[in-house]
Amino acid sequence: MTSTAGAPATETGAGISLAEVGRAFGPTVAVSGVSLTVPLHGRLSIIGPSGCGKSTLLNLISGLDDPDEGTIEVLGTTSSADRLRRCAWMPQRDLLLPWRDVLGNAALALENQGMKRKTARAQVAGLVERFGLGSFERQLPHQLSGGMRQRVSFLRTLVAGKEVLLLDEPFGALDSITRADLQQWLRSALDSEPRTTVLVTHDVEEALLLGSQVVVMTARPGRVAAQYATDFPVGASRRELLRLPEFTELRDELLARLEEAS
Amino acid sequence: MKRLRGVLPPVIVLLIVAAIWDLVIHLGNVQNYIFPSLESVFRSLYDNWSPVLASATWVTGKEMLLGFLISIAVAAAISLGLHLSATLRNAIYPLLIGSQAIPIVVIGPILAIIFGYGIQPKLIIVAISCFFPIVVSLVDGLASVDPDLIKVMRTLDGSRLATLLRVELPSALPSFFSGMRIAAVYAPIGAVFGEYAGSQNGLGYVLVQATPQLNTDLVFAAVFLLTVMSILLFVLLSVLERVCVPWAGKGKR
Repeated sequence: MTSTAGAPATETGAGISLAEVGRAFGPTVAVSGVSLTVPLHGRLSIIGPSGCGKSTLLNLISGLDDPDEGTIEVLGTTSSADRLRRCAWMPQRDLLLPWRDVLGNAALALENQGMKRKTARAQVAGLVERFGLGSFERQLPHQLSGGMRQRVSFLRTLVAGKEVLLLDEPFGALDSITRADLQQWLRSALDSEPRTTVLVTHDVEEALLLGSQVVVMTARPGRVAAQYATDFPVGASRRELLRLPEFTELRDELLARLEEAS
Repeated sequence: MKRLRGVLPPVIVLLIVAAIWDLVIHLGNVQNYIFPSLESVFRSLYDNWSPVLASATWVTGKEMLLGFLISIAVAAAISLGLHLSATLRNAIYPLLIGSQAIPIVVIGPILAIIFGYGIQPKLIIVAISCFFPIVVSLVDGLASVDPDLIKVMRTLDGSRLATLLRVELPSALPSFFSGMRIAAVYAPIGAVFGEYAGSQNGLGYVLVQATPQLNTDLVFAAVFLLTVMSILLFVLLSVLERVCVPWAGKGKR
């Protein structure tokens, strides 16, 4: 599959690795002693109770923030400026620009990279179409449903052409039906546009559906309590997965771990 | 029908006020030079329109509009500076607030001494009266962008300039317009004070001439014209806002 979103560099080796990372804000230790690795094009889900430093961890990986202790390596580079160049971050709220239509919002990163507005819009039109937003491309954000806005927000993140996607509870603000729909959508989107992904969520099912690895964190300070690898059949739909005995077993295990953690 | 419902209530209130006005004048047998009847105000407006009031309105209107445009330009430049540099903010903001403590009435004569009776001192006074609310609201608007959105821009390769142009300036437009609408109210006050301090034409000049002559009809006619110009400026800004900020007030920001 050819990418219209600007092909990310296909380097070999580790995607993301964290070694003994710690970060404190004043007297509050947000995360401490976190070590993780995500292989290139791997998908890691992080779950944990609120206040376990999940979002802090994403900010640290993205290069928006620097750790007090330990090192973070993203595609072989460690400085925050280099990490920022390789990571795209998507927060829980869509934060679309209300004065730009769907195409304009999706094209934002390309314009930031110096492309002319018209060229950028033309370039993202294909991707917008392919991800089921074609008939909405001229609509403004306030004309879209919450789920649609979140899709546009994800496309905007994808279009930046970054190798690493950091998703901070991307569906946290949506109702459960839309959420299930978008989980399925995101799975197929990532299958067709593979990226190294770190997803933060407080939803165990979402973590299992979207991650090939799942990390459980404890709160205050945020530490890694347990790590699991998921090994579900490729190409299975969300509903098929939810019925699998392995899936329900792992879900119960994770829920038990989460209860211990909080 | 909808438009009518918007216009009707203020028109009714206006008619009631006019009726009470006339009733008080006639029943109370108030002298015209103390408080003129509406009828005599409008007759004076009609009689004096050409040449006195027409040219005075033109002069004062020009001062208001030009002074207001200058204040917008100056305020926009100052706001951008304050927004982009914390040093500048610390250095200049206290002075700006201090500048507002200087009474306009005092500045008028000084400027008249420096610049004479021409249009310059009026433009300066209008600009000084108007720029402050614009600066405050524009600086607020630029700074009140969601911090997460700024972070998103950084991870989407947005430079400082890109963030300013694509995110901060458009987000600040609604506050910018609020500031301008507040400032528009000060424009006629500034122009009239400027003319009080020394002028050869303008509605302020008409007021200065008519008051000691107890030509109260004319005073009220001039005030009426000032009010109309203020309202027109305000309406113009509201229309411009609707054109420039069509997304305002639609869904969450």
